[in-house]
Amino acid sequence: MIKLGVPSKGRLMEKTFDWFAAHNIRLSRTGSDREYAGAVTGIDGVSLVLLSAGEIPRELAAGRIHLGVTGTDLVQDKLPLWEQQVEPLEEMGFGEADLIVAVPQAWVDVDTLDDLDAAAAAFRATHGHRLRIATKYHRLVREFLRDAGVADYAIVDSQGATEGTVANETAEAIADITSSGETLRANHLKVLSDGLILRSQATLWRSRVADVADEDRAAMAEILARLG
Amino acid sequence: MITREGRAKALALRDRFEAAGAQVVEPPMLQSAELLLDLYGEDIRARAYVTSDALRGEQMLRPDFTVPVVQMHMAHGADPARYTYAGEVFRRQEDDPDRANEFLQVGFEVFDRADPAAADAEVFALMAEAVAGLNLRAATGDIGILTAAVNGLRTTEARRAALLRHIWRPRRFRALLDRFAGRTPVPASRKALLANPQPRLGSAPLIGLRTDDEIEARISALHADAAAKPISDGEMDLLDTLLNVRETVPFALSHLRDLTVDMPSISDAVEGLAARSDALVARGVDVDTLDFEASYGRTSMEYYDGFVFGFYAAGRADLPAVVSGGRYDALTRRLGGGAEIPAVGAVLRPGLMAELEAGA
Repeated sequence: MIKLGVPSKGRLMEKTFDWFAAHNIRLSRTGSDREYAGAVTGIDGVSLVLLSAGEIPRELAAGRIHLGVTGTDLVQDKLPLWEQQVEPLEEMGFGEADLIVAVPQAWVDVDTLDDLDAAAAAFRATHGHRLRIATKYHRLVREFLRDAGVADYAIVDSQGATEGTVANETAEAIADITSSGETLRANHLKVLSDGLILRSQATLWRSRVADVADEDRAAMAEILARLG
Repeated sequence: MITREGRAKALALRDRFEAAGAQVVEPPMLQSAELLLDLYGEDIRARAYVTSDALRGEQMLRPDFTVPVVQMHMAHGADPARYTYAGEVFRRQEDDPDRANEFLQVGFEVFDRADPAAADAEVFALMAEAVAGLNLRAATGDIGILTAAVNGLRTTEARRAALLRHIWRPRRFRALLDRFAGRTPVPASRKALLANPQPRLGSAPLIGLRTDDEIEARISALHADAAAKPISDGEMDLLDTLLNVRETVPFALSHLRDLTVDMPSISDAVEGLAARSDALVARGVDVDTLDFEASYGRTSMEYYDGFVFGFYAAGRADLPAVVSGGRYDALTRRLGGGAEIPAVGAVLRPGLMAELEAGA
């Protein structure tokens, strides 16, 4: 069987189901609402694996699923050398979000990464600790800031409600996913003008490491033909 | 992978350094993550493995020996002192699966106030002897000359400090320099901020730890910076000439001495290089064939602040340096709690040496 990994809940799951339906592949959840089991109709030899979107990159890289739907952001943050482990097949046109660096709107003196670096140096001298940036995208943020030459910052882990960390004084700036920017504005934050780390959207990926058994080749070819 | 041959080689090298007058030390494998983060910043997390327990909090598997050796010396070492050690270091790898995440290092560190040039030469010569026969190319540099050049720039103190802070990030250093020389345009947002007599008026409520005073202070600093004269073309050319010096030591020295006519601030540092060159000759090093690159060592971890050097396998650009070392006076100051001492040291990688010997 070709294993297809799909986000297990919410809008991302519904949109994914819709997208596949438009390609004449019907995905559905089976059993009770709480049971993570699924079915595939309209194509033979494909089974559905419902997973948290955050786990799909790892499952693709381990070869436990052949195909998977998740965001570019998660693939690039969780998989080093991701190009060698997974291949993007189709951008799906939803789940669009930008990973950005944001600071308080009241920081009128900070608009660029260059400003952020200077503010971080002064902040460290004044407060005795580095300027803290709350995020769950540790690797992407660190690489982005290193390339930009920003020093004197520290990443603090934030797995949720990241926009609230500045007001709660557990961080001075954040790096997070935003789509409309409304949550940022509501929390008195603004995006740095050169603070776009990554544009992400839901994408269908193929694992480069998962073995496709001989009897499954026809099913894989059929899926690719339907999507193409 | 650590092999028996590599481990045997490591112990033999440590014996050699002990015979050269060093005391054998055994720094702990687990280091305080807080200290390393404070020294290196967030980048260390990309290079070191972090673990933790409830008692001591975050610990890192040692990414190098220098920091614990300096800590130990500053805490209870009598000077002068020479130390040697051998053991594993751990480097987290995120980009290149072919690079080792665990390998052996053997080091030799000198804490000595008497004669820095002689100590530099002692460490270099000892390393050169240890790797003799492996057909390695040596490269040398001197971060102190660069620092002196920046300190001598006729510009504001704030600009010099900003440049010094980024001396180890060549790209950012260049961007700042171009900005300070007026060669890149001022960003529109900066212009608007400077043109606005009351930039804080109507802005959103202030959240977080950074205060009004800090924001005001930076706005004032930006006004002062905008009023400062650009760094002159003449000074920029001199700095470029300096950064591009890449010759054998005697030629580099005469070139740098010529530069001191227009850059008097580097005179002392250049004479330091001359003294080191003499000390190397006294140790039997052939300086006529030894390369000096003014920009060498700028992309390493940021504790070297004077002499820097490395030995590389000729024709094996895929391998990291077999030996790397340098002077780190400022690190002793950072870790010394008020005390400081001139210090220089180097590490070599016995595993790579064994590999090169087997391949030779």
